[in-house]
Amino acid sequence: MAKMNMLHAINSALDITMAEHPQACIFGEDVGYFGGVFRATSGLQEKYGQHRVFNTPLTEQGILGFANGLAAFGAPALAEIQFADYIFPAFDQIVNESAKFRYRSGNEFNVGNLTIRTPYGGGIAGGLYHSQSPEAYFAHTPGLKIVVPRNPYQAKGLLRASIKDDNPVIFFEPKRLYRASTGEVPEEDYSIELGKAEVVEQGSDVTLLAWGAQMEIIEDAAKQAAEQGISCEVIDLRSILPWDLDTIAKSVTKTGRLVISHEAPITNGFGSEIAATIQQECFLHLESPILRVCGLDTPYPLALEKEYVPDALKVLAAIKQSVEF
Amino acid sequence: MSNPNNVSQNISHELAFIDGHALNIPTLSILNEDGDILSGATAPDITKETAIRLYETMRFIRALDERMQAAQRQGRVSFYMQCLGEEAAVTASAAALDQDDMIMAQYREQAALHYRGFTLDQFMNQMFSNELDLGKGRQMPIHYGSAELNYMTISSPLGTQIPQATGYAYGQKIKHIDAKTGELSSKIDNVTICYFGEGAASEGDFHAGLNMAAVHKSPVIFFARNNGYAISTPADEQFKGDGIASRGVGYGIKTIRVDGADALAVFAATQKAREIASTTGEPVLIESIAYRLGAHSTSDDPSGYRSKAEEANYQACPIERFRKWLIKKDWLNDEDDVKAKEQIREDILAALKRAEVVEKPALEELISDVYDTPIPSLQRQYEQLKSHIKQHPDAYPVTAGRIK
Repeated sequence: MAKMNMLHAINSALDITMAEHPQACIFGEDVGYFGGVFRATSGLQEKYGQHRVFNTPLTEQGILGFANGLAAFGAPALAEIQFADYIFPAFDQIVNESAKFRYRSGNEFNVGNLTIRTPYGGGIAGGLYHSQSPEAYFAHTPGLKIVVPRNPYQAKGLLRASIKDDNPVIFFEPKRLYRASTGEVPEEDYSIELGKAEVVEQGSDVTLLAWGAQMEIIEDAAKQAAEQGISCEVIDLRSILPWDLDTIAKSVTKTGRLVISHEAPITNGFGSEIAATIQQECFLHLESPILRVCGLDTPYPLALEKEYVPDALKVLAAIKQSVEF
Repeated sequence: MSNPNNVSQNISHELAFIDGHALNIPTLSILNEDGDILSGATAPDITKETAIRLYETMRFIRALDERMQAAQRQGRVSFYMQCLGEEAAVTASAAALDQDDMIMAQYREQAALHYRGFTLDQFMNQMFSNELDLGKGRQMPIHYGSAELNYMTISSPLGTQIPQATGYAYGQKIKHIDAKTGELSSKIDNVTICYFGEGAASEGDFHAGLNMAAVHKSPVIFFARNNGYAISTPADEQFKGDGIASRGVGYGIKTIRVDGADALAVFAATQKAREIASTTGEPVLIESIAYRLGAHSTSDDPSGYRSKAEEANYQACPIERFRKWLIKKDWLNDEDDVKAKEQIREDILAALKRAEVVEKPALEELISDVYDTPIPSLQRQYEQLKSHIKQHPDAYPVTAGRIK
């Protein structure tokens, strides 16, 4: 074990992959010698050469087009999009190409070797275009997998699993936690199974569900609720697609209440899908309406970020509303 | 002032703009309409066997296109796209490649696929989206693909295959790179050819793909089929530069323009392009100029946007031009050729009748291949659907009787 921040943990997962597969390539804007604007790929070009770790021109659609081709060839393609806010020029390559490659060809070809890493989320005074959480757009696309880690240990294990998974995966990295979150991480290789949520804290009164950077917010809210005598079961969804219905349904069946929180705007956010499914699965066990504590339906703000974000206080208010319903 | 990265140091004291058409790009032409080598031109190094296979492919595709256009009009298939006028461009370029080179096509390149060995029955099974279709009946007619024949499955969105070809070719090159020097250490065994139309070249993916191929040195042959039309939009409403070729120069890519109805010119250019790509590891751009003799697709009617007089002006047939050359070389016998054409038409009709009655794919193919294995939510949806169909078998006659 070593103490790592999330960037170190991600770097370690990439390093293991590069050593494991002689044709694996890391590419994206500024990921080469510089090591990426957040330094997630630091030192990898020196170690594996410019032909395997390289800067691309400024073209997100080109990065994903190239990545689809390289993955279809059979090489692990580790593409970085510098900010999730800038993934949209690549939307067609991801949604119409990566996601449909296997299906449309009858499994003659696939891009299971593709992993897209991209930092997402607010909390860095990034305003509209350095703060978005676009996971729901992609969750509407069969053929993709979507993964979001909450801390360094999770980041390394989930990233390794995403790379080894034989489907295209978008790996959203909570950039607010890149350096803020530290913890013990094994230096050796390990994987955390995709599609499985984790019950982070057992509880009996209400289930709190989030993923990525939002986990520390709901954990904070759970602590405050505990001080007021409310027992929260805290769950990290970890995989948005596929998502772990069984674990959530089991918890809600026990607590009878569910509060979902995410940073993205509430309308058509991934919380909507979870709420709809859980009310169907757990209808007779529900003691109160499922609540969502999310971003407002606005672009991500700057000066009024504090007001916009679903902070612990808003989550706590929802917990009380749910319990007192 | 200058900067150290990539800018030419050619300082001038005279205020002068470079004209947008300053390059005046020539078109390589080798064979004339009578099937003779033009004076000053050199016939490429092509074996009799390759030349005959090339001709037979064009002959077959012309017959298939004519028959399937008619089949669509009869309502037997939903859609078709002919490659009339572009047979030489597509077939001769494919003939200049290695069988294991990857082909990433747009949609009008069925001749390249047949050259590789895709059978008549395989074409038919795809067009009838039956259970023998390699694509499992998921895509509209003409969206062929075959891993065995190194022909990437067609995708309808235009131009998406261009940056993908750059990535695929980069993959083909990696094992030939010396890890210490970063330079090529051996000749690249297989490269990628990427076909697209002059209209698709307006997509952002074209610019991304060519620029990345130049920057990252991917051994890909970009083959622009400039046939004058993108559905109804003429090329002069698509761009104002000198064709697509001028853009290659802008990206720092070796570029050539060829007469796309001249099989020998296309073959010569592609053969040379392949040599450049496999020995230098760098991309090449070929712009082929031809005329789309037919409609864009069976859903299109060119009489709405171009005149009969214009069409009459460009009727010259690329297959006939090559045929004349073969006959003059005594590599083809006219009488045998006529007989073969008759046989092909019979074979096509028989294959069509066979494919028409093959069953549609089983219900499980609705959910297979979305992922490597169905995810739990999809598995649940599938179980629900099966039980619904079992309750209403008459409403779902294609699959109801075969549900496991």
